[in-house]
Amino acid sequence: MSVVVYAESWEGKFKKASFEAVSYAARTASQLSTDVVAVVIGDCNGDLNVLGQYGANVVLHYSNPTFNIFNPKLYASILNDAVSSKNAKGAVISGSFNGKSIAAFLAVGLKAGLITNVSSLPESVSPMRVKRGAFSSKGYVVYESKQDKFILSIIPNGIGIVESPVSAVVELNESFSATSNSELISVDMAKGAIPLPEAEIVISGGRGLKGPENWNMVEELATILGAGTACSKPVSDMHWRPHSEHVGQTGIAINPNLYIAIGISGAIQHLAGVSNSKTIVVINSDPEAPFFKAADYGIVGDAFEVVPKLIAALKDFKAQN
Amino acid sequence: MKILVCISHVPDTTSKIQFTQDGKSLDSAGIQFVINPYDEFGLTRALWFKEKQGGTVTVVNVGKANTEPTLRKALAIGADDAIRIDADPTDGMAVAEELKNLISSEKYDLVIMGRESIDYNGTQVPGMVSAMLDWPFVNACIGMEVEDGIAICIREIDGGKETVKVSLPMIIAGQKGLVEEKDLRIPNMRGIMTARKKPLKVMPSTSTSVGTEAVQFEKPEGKQACKMVSSDDVKALVDLLHNEAKAI
Repeated sequence: MSVVVYAESWEGKFKKASFEAVSYAARTASQLSTDVVAVVIGDCNGDLNVLGQYGANVVLHYSNPTFNIFNPKLYASILNDAVSSKNAKGAVISGSFNGKSIAAFLAVGLKAGLITNVSSLPESVSPMRVKRGAFSSKGYVVYESKQDKFILSIIPNGIGIVESPVSAVVELNESFSATSNSELISVDMAKGAIPLPEAEIVISGGRGLKGPENWNMVEELATILGAGTACSKPVSDMHWRPHSEHVGQTGIAINPNLYIAIGISGAIQHLAGVSNSKTIVVINSDPEAPFFKAADYGIVGDAFEVVPKLIAALKDFKAQN
Repeated sequence: MKILVCISHVPDTTSKIQFTQDGKSLDSAGIQFVINPYDEFGLTRALWFKEKQGGTVTVVNVGKANTEPTLRKALAIGADDAIRIDADPTDGMAVAEELKNLISSEKYDLVIMGRESIDYNGTQVPGMVSAMLDWPFVNACIGMEVEDGIAICIREIDGGKETVKVSLPMIIAGQKGLVEEKDLRIPNMRGIMTARKKPLKVMPSTSTSVGTEAVQFEKPEGKQACKMVSSDDVKALVDLLHNEAKAI
């Protein structure tokens, strides 16, 4: 028996969320008293053994140039092969955009109980029973798998990375073949930006910033803190910032360690995407802004005065630490 | 193009979510239900396809009779006809199997779903139906054009976007970007009147699959009161973030 985990990579490098998924799988596997098989798909420049650091006993590398381009059917067939050949009880997949597509396909292929949006470790492993986020951060539901096999899709940046070093055995599979049913035309990555689901700190701006020309202070704050930048829905609707930065209900949901919201009132649609952040700071000129009720720390004041002061204070802090 | 748009019937965004006292289900008392916002972008994109390139737009919901007002609203916005599959599904797998059975008998060219529903946030059904039908699938689709049975789709990926080429029939899981917020249509009186006469067919449930079961519903823990820091002492915030929250 084993637990399979998909170690997603991008341009040949493991994503941070993959280490989190492997450590989640390791903790689940230890509840099942079994091993962890991490699956790597396509070319990977890095040291595959690094996954052992997070508890992978075996790294199964499906190496084939045609596997370099993502397709949900193709990637799910590869993971299906891994689950079958390693007689796995289930699979753990990070809830990235690609991970979510794979999980749904794999659930059908394996006739498995799929639980997505998983926000904690399993409450029990046989049957698999685990808590997941629902109702756009307004509730949790504990789900139980009714099938023999389980698939857990975990919220990125939710449960965290835990190191539990073992020495990993790398196995190469060059013979498995499967086909894609889409063709990649082009990829357009946001330049220099930290992908929001991976960002540990996120600085976000709203209408209170009055115009796109005032985003330089958001970006400066983000640079000092090594943070990703985000925005509220009106800001993306007005095209002040790209849609990919929109966090909230119809944008993306994030749960960084620190979320700093500047000039955002905190409409319920916005909170739906950010209220799982571990620490929330709200800077708003309106003391009645609803966001203060959901915040840990608040400053009432004009963003154009407060943010430059915050930048200065953080520069001092960074110089001393 | 024969298009099917799948519609989830969900609590309005501003609803206060409460669970029944035994924690076994959602307490729907006093909740206003609406078309899932992600599905609404897809419905509007489907109507554009119909208006510019011809075709039909059918909407479907898997649910009991109480979801019919939501389907009528989709008809009032402009869908041609509606189907309600009469079931009270307990998980994504059950919904996916109902939809798969409908789609394989009706031969649609394009099926548009929302990336997720704002109630269970499952992100499961679109991919599952695609896998069951062995149709191509594009998740988090933010733009799409179709010509001669070939779709060019833009999809969101972590930290960017990607353009892919796919042959119909196919399924997309859509979101904002397919159309913009300003493009969404509000039903007018004429639409509402016409919608009453449009066909709404009820079909029996055919699914036997179930993957998971919800066993307990819980509310998040309440947040502690927000600590206010003076705008004249921003350094105090940096100290709190470092020493107390340990966030920097």
